[in-house]
Amino acid sequence: MAEVVHVEVGHGEHHDDHHELSFWSKYIFSTDHKIIGFQYMFTGMAMALIGGYFAYVFRMQLAFPGSSIPFWGTLSPAAYNSLVTNHGTIMIFWVAMPVLIAAMGNFLIPLMIGCDDMVFPKINRLSYQIFLLSAIVLLASFFVPGGAFGGAWTSYAPLSAKAQYNSTPFGAPLWLIAVTLEIVAFLLGGINFITTTMNARAKGMKIYDIPMIVWMIVIASILFMCSVGPLVAGAVMLLFDQTLGTAFFDANAGGDPVLWQHLFWFFGHPEVYVVLLPAMGIVAEVTCTFARKKLFSYKLILYSSIGLGILSFFVWAHHQFISGVDPRATYLFTTTTLLISIPVAIMLFAFVATLYGGSIRFTTAMLFALAFTGEFLLGGVTGIWLGSSGTDIYLHDTYFVLAHFHYTFVPIAIIATFAAIYYWFPKMFGRKMNESWGKIHFWGTIIGFNGIFIPLFILGAGGQHRRIYNFQNYPDLAGADMQDMRVFATMSLIVMLVSQIPFLINFIVSIKRGEKAGKNPWKANTLEWVAPSPPPHGNFGPVLPEVYRGPYEYSVDGREKDYWPQNEKPEPEAS
Amino acid sequence: MAHQIVATGRSRTGIPTGRLAVWWIIGSEIVIFGGLIATYLLNRFNHGPSWSAEAAHTNTFIGAANTFWLLTSSLFVVFAHAASERQDAKKTRMWIWLTIMLGGFFMGFKSYEYVTEILHGYTIFTSNFWSFYYLATGLHGFHVLCGMVIMAIIAENDIKNERNWHRVENIGLYWHFVDIVWIFLFPLMYIAK
Repeated sequence: MAEVVHVEVGHGEHHDDHHELSFWSKYIFSTDHKIIGFQYMFTGMAMALIGGYFAYVFRMQLAFPGSSIPFWGTLSPAAYNSLVTNHGTIMIFWVAMPVLIAAMGNFLIPLMIGCDDMVFPKINRLSYQIFLLSAIVLLASFFVPGGAFGGAWTSYAPLSAKAQYNSTPFGAPLWLIAVTLEIVAFLLGGINFITTTMNARAKGMKIYDIPMIVWMIVIASILFMCSVGPLVAGAVMLLFDQTLGTAFFDANAGGDPVLWQHLFWFFGHPEVYVVLLPAMGIVAEVTCTFARKKLFSYKLILYSSIGLGILSFFVWAHHQFISGVDPRATYLFTTTTLLISIPVAIMLFAFVATLYGGSIRFTTAMLFALAFTGEFLLGGVTGIWLGSSGTDIYLHDTYFVLAHFHYTFVPIAIIATFAAIYYWFPKMFGRKMNESWGKIHFWGTIIGFNGIFIPLFILGAGGQHRRIYNFQNYPDLAGADMQDMRVFATMSLIVMLVSQIPFLINFIVSIKRGEKAGKNPWKANTLEWVAPSPPPHGNFGPVLPEVYRGPYEYSVDGREKDYWPQNEKPEPEAS
Repeated sequence: MAHQIVATGRSRTGIPTGRLAVWWIIGSEIVIFGGLIATYLLNRFNHGPSWSAEAAHTNTFIGAANTFWLLTSSLFVVFAHAASERQDAKKTRMWIWLTIMLGGFFMGFKSYEYVTEILHGYTIFTSNFWSFYYLATGLHGFHVLCGMVIMAIIAENDIKNERNWHRVENIGLYWHFVDIVWIFLFPLMYIAK
């Protein structure tokens, strides 16, 4: 990083004018944080379509086993496994992570803390390039001999460790390499987010003036950084097992397959909170703006999220209650797992308390934020059963687990993301999205989503096991009543997928033809709304903003306007 | 792209951004090596006698010599930092190159060690102890190599042209970290038999 002279003139900071750039350096090899944010967002959206398509194919197989699936054909058991595995992998590593953390972090952090870019723009660009490479490697694994890896997104050894077990000699290592590259990309991005927020805040922005979403992305990046290391080490070991023939995870040669589960879940469970926290931050921003209320208990939310982060390192073995962990350890992990619901509940209650007495505006963004609060609650509450080792032994590896984590991940990665897109779209592209189409999209998504997973809860509690290709082969699970529910879930999935068409049309059309938004269409306080829409290179023009107050000063008594931007100079006290 | 970024120059914490980032990189590396070392310890406790017997075959003398090279190089990089504070390009480059030289001694001894072990039949496939040994020391050696390359770039690209003096301190932090990892690996792999 070149040494940069720090120029402070008067009360602002000035930087160079810049000249027009070619298409390639402006959109493809840009170091501008907004463009990199868009690159992450569009890559993530494309991957979400692929992941959704996979879900459609394997749900069709479960609803109509053996029949020819439109847009795919007949699904073989091996391909079924590959699709399920890569659906999970893509949705977590290539949709939730890039959109919630990388896209939102890149686009929002410099704007919201009032500076012109990330502190390391070139590392930022490198981060996206590695991420793109990782996505290409993952997709390429579908076209190698043996096909893509099919041993579930958790990649448990020994199934994942030997080609003779998983019969994907190239797919399994490629999967592992793709995940490792993706982790490297987010480590680079995370270091950028943390240092930018620590060091590059606008003049006057004190630690409690930082918008909640920025805090959440930073805490999530720290969590990611602290939890992913053992998985990196584990990934190298697994790669050696797969390609060289070492025996780190092979019990026959003195290795330990449960070790992989520890290394994986030591990362895998904090990972849930890595994506949850930015979603919470988005909901906090949207809820405050459209309730015209100050965020209820800013500091309590902040401290809860830090507590949540710390606790999240002590819960991982609740994924392994039936993997041969010591029964005494299950008491410990049950306790920590139940404890961790407290900070999450605090945050959700704080959002509800923010709504109380507000003047609520039901924009599409607000609807999605409200839906997050309600739907995530269902996901959290059902987690209580799974965190208790007693009930988990019965429910483990059933569709109850599957429905539970989709009730957490869909609100996080889909619903909160849509809240963010509808909310910040005017800032990204200078125009608003159409609200009527937005509401059609909202109701289709929410109804479809609940229609998929409520039947799956019932099926799971009834004993329907995960990772089964054709339930008709199991007399206990082949009954007509159970099959009807599977068909209902699949139909709901199609409703949810079709509901994304109005969104995509709305998105593309609104970029060119939407209603012009102006600088601050929602009358919000945070600094990104001070910049022009869309913000130019350098974000704020020649003078960067200064901050005088917290981000959530809505409906302050004695003020004519019901909002009070962070950068507005206070009136001199009348003496 | 000679565009100057205001953000990079800001320092609300009072710590220069580059140094802050190096600390976070070290933080993320600690958990990588931490996971590896924790895994090694768990295995060692679970398979006590067989792993101890394997560990008896590592070459303690070479391990000790390598510890000496690395610790001395840590001292030299401190001298380089002190010279860079005085903006003394000649001294800074000298101490950086001496540090690289000791890193080279380390890598040379390491290569000799690997070769003799492999010739005696202790390869990465021999047993899980040896798999861990090659993985942990190999990953550490890779970090040493990276540090040497970065130091060479800093000496010849930055210090020779009398700019970016702060980079000496940043690479010094990283170099100390790599040494500290070795301080953990040396007793675990070479002393505890």
